[in-house]
Amino acid sequence: MEFLSNKIFLIALTFTVFLASRLLQRRTGISMLNPILVSIITLITILMCCGVDYETYKEGGDYIEFWLKPAVVALGVPLYRQLENIKKQILPLILAELAGCVTGIVSVVVIAELLGATKEVVLSLAPKAVTTPIAMEISSAVGGLPPLTAAVVVCTGIFGGMAGFHMVKISRIKSPIATGLSIGTAAHAVGTAAVMERGERYGAFSSLGLILNGLLTALLSPLILALLGYSV
Amino acid sequence: MILQCAVLFAFLAIGEFIVYCTDIPIPSSIIGMLLLTVSLKLRIIRLFWVDKMADFLVKNLGFFFVPAGVGLMRCLGLISEQWLPIVAASVISTFLIIAVTGWMHQVVRRSLSPSHNRQIKG
Repeated sequence: MEFLSNKIFLIALTFTVFLASRLLQRRTGISMLNPILVSIITLITILMCCGVDYETYKEGGDYIEFWLKPAVVALGVPLYRQLENIKKQILPLILAELAGCVTGIVSVVVIAELLGATKEVVLSLAPKAVTTPIAMEISSAVGGLPPLTAAVVVCTGIFGGMAGFHMVKISRIKSPIATGLSIGTAAHAVGTAAVMERGERYGAFSSLGLILNGLLTALLSPLILALLGYSV
Repeated sequence: MILQCAVLFAFLAIGEFIVYCTDIPIPSSIIGMLLLTVSLKLRIIRLFWVDKMADFLVKNLGFFFVPAGVGLMRCLGLISEQWLPIVAASVISTFLIIAVTGWMHQVVRRSLSPSHNRQIKG
């Protein structure tokens, strides 16, 4: 069992589990079987059954998570490709993002507070709509718990990716731009990955949504939390 | 591939340096991303220097989230104590963000388009 703590083994295990999860979704065609979600649950189950704690897993997992930062820098490329489209409708995009960003932070804080969450949980939830590296940094900046934030962010993304199109339909949002934008705003990169499958155009505006909301949330969340009475 | 990685990590490093010097509460990766976009636009950086690595990373973004998600096992206690506020707030808030962002975009775009058309005709 000692070998299970080997870093290289844990990295290989993560790749293999993800590959198998993706294969499972492709073979069955069930969209509920999100490969990220299935991988996380499978890995947690394996680790717990074998008595490997998270700190040990993290030694290997960090090598994979390390690529999140350069991957966020890489989002500059799709952003550059969309610059012309963005310029054409800069005002609708900015107003929609501002509204979405403020709605997201205020609603999650107020609802969690009303349902009796403790202060550090509320603060951890505040940046839950934006992509993990940004959310974790915001979380630690405002006094939340970054590991909890990371977990909630990933789950929010998976949920938004799976249910996003139904929500768009219920909200009577019709334009593909607004559809992509709103799912990217609410469900960051994981939602974007799901939206990408419907077409490049949805995907492009979804990545725009995740970028703009990431930026706005990083800039505005300390201010909004202060206005809601949280000294950060 | 070395050039592609060099460009991406150079921009990440510039982001880290700016955060180190100014202490601003914006992640270094976001600063690097914005500087990369600006540099591409100003043609300081050519698209073919970065596009292959960038497309690869963006395409597999989901996979890089898996270790962070496994971090869930660290806070299982906290989540089992406060699962209702955590789940309810996240689900309702996600729905509200989608509705408000989409509506706002459609409304502003619709209200702008008639005047825009007139300008073109005039």
